[in-house]
Amino acid sequence: MNARIGHIAFNTFREAVRDRVLYNLIAFTLLLSGSAILVGQISMDVERLVVVNMGLTAVSLFGIVIAIFIGIQLVSKEIERRTLYTVLSRPVRRWEFIVGKFLGLAGTLVVNTFFMAIGVFVALLYVAHKFQRPDGWILVALYFIILQFLIICAIALFFSSFSSPLLSAVFAFSLFVIGTFAEDLRRFAAMANSVTRWLVTGFSYLLPNLSSLNVISSVAHQQPVSAQLILNNTAYAFLYAATALCGAVLIFERRNLK
Amino acid sequence: MKASRTITLTAAVLLVACMLGSALFLQRLDKIRTGATLDEVLYITSPKAVKRLALGYDGLLADVYWTRAIQYFGRNHFLQTGRYELLAPLLEITTTLDPHLRVAYEFGANFVAPAPPNGAGMPERAIRLLEYGIQQNPQEPKLFYSLGFIYYLELKDYAKASETFAAGSVLPGAHPSMKVLAAQCAQHAGESQTARMLWIMTYKTFPEENVQASALAHLEALAIDDGVTQVENAVTLYGRKTGKLPPSLGALVAEGFLPGIPLDPDGHPFKLLPDGEVRVQSPDSFPFIQKGLPPDYKPKPSKLEKFYKMRLQEQSR
Repeated sequence: MNARIGHIAFNTFREAVRDRVLYNLIAFTLLLSGSAILVGQISMDVERLVVVNMGLTAVSLFGIVIAIFIGIQLVSKEIERRTLYTVLSRPVRRWEFIVGKFLGLAGTLVVNTFFMAIGVFVALLYVAHKFQRPDGWILVALYFIILQFLIICAIALFFSSFSSPLLSAVFAFSLFVIGTFAEDLRRFAAMANSVTRWLVTGFSYLLPNLSSLNVISSVAHQQPVSAQLILNNTAYAFLYAATALCGAVLIFERRNLK
Repeated sequence: MKASRTITLTAAVLLVACMLGSALFLQRLDKIRTGATLDEVLYITSPKAVKRLALGYDGLLADVYWTRAIQYFGRNHFLQTGRYELLAPLLEITTTLDPHLRVAYEFGANFVAPAPPNGAGMPERAIRLLEYGIQQNPQEPKLFYSLGFIYYLELKDYAKASETFAAGSVLPGAHPSMKVLAAQCAQHAGESQTARMLWIMTYKTFPEENVQASALAHLEALAIDDGVTQVENAVTLYGRKTGKLPPSLGALVAEGFLPGIPLDPDGHPFKLLPDGEVRVQSPDSFPFIQKGLPPDYKPKPSKLEKFYKMRLQEQSR
């Protein structure tokens, strides 16, 4: 990897880790995993399910909130503080800046997910007293959650490259919500006729498909995840994130920073 | 004392005082608005709409709805309100959100089907719930068992019960006696021996403590019902022979109409009333008995929990 991208990524990571909001979110996620144990006790025969469902949902939702709210500030904050001009006055290309920022945020989220995952497994051990072989599928669900983060990070960065932080947050969050309905949208498109069908289908492919990356419910039931799904999801997430990142680079390259 | 320190101290004291005050008022509000929290309202009744709104996190929401269904049933069961309108919709939302949540079908159907006070008295809704469960989990024999059980005990549809047990018996993991049960239902429907077999199988098939305790309670109730019937028959035979009612159970034993003084599972003898009626000494200890009860007797569901625990402890000993 380009050394300049590495430096930008590392500094982004360091800045994000120093952010107090980030620490609060991790603490809150761990707290949420703990509360899963409480919910398990007032329910019936679903203690393990509650721990896995609540733990993974917390990891996913908090990660997405982090991805959106840090992602939208990555470019605007640098412009606001005027540190961007210092960076770009050095031999750093604009695309390197965008890619570095993306990798820094992605790294932050991977580290966060790692600690959150420890919290989930500790809670699971507390409730179930021992791990079972199918619990390994939780790791796959966590991997899919990280893939989700990559997509959301890239989307947030894409909007951040040309819009204000507030609008970027609204756009990114809207795309996240729409992304959970992407499969439905394609099904609706299949029901339509001729031009509408092609238009809606084409539009649906522009939107992120996040529903196939959510296997929380099935791993909570200890159901296996197929290798084909893992491979396809990996390829899709990397390609989609790369697409959004390329879009961000294209816009940022042409953006007038004066 | 420095001004900043005074402000800090005052703010800290005010913070604690206000917090305590708000907690106090919250307690008062709870007293005024009894039952207002988690009011019996389903804001979104469509299971599919709830699934859409879950944004893919339907597993967690299913657990929340399942917990809500249990709390709803438990609260109304305890308070003997007899109102269970939301139970079936809550379970339908739960299972739409997570179609593999087996526990919601098995226990849920057992909350919905039995007549009050032990359930909501909606066997048709319970059947619909289990049929959906079977559609989503076609390889799960326990769901077939639960469905057959409701056909047999609640709807007395013995042909359907036999058919359902037979369908479940061929699945992998089905209990071997399910086949026997299917045949038994077809040939000896309505007999207490068949009901006994159902409960024995329930005890053997389901590892959950509360299900096993319920099965034991029903088995004891069947034993009492059979015992009461035996004494009633003996009273009839005694009357035919002597032309009068027996003065005591001992007289029935002395005349050879009973092999011995019949006892309930707690070891207490049945009571023989002067008019020839037979009564159980402590009906509250046997919540599912159909016979030997005073005419105006009403069961006390709040004692069921205690009863189940007691029976399980006895069983483990």
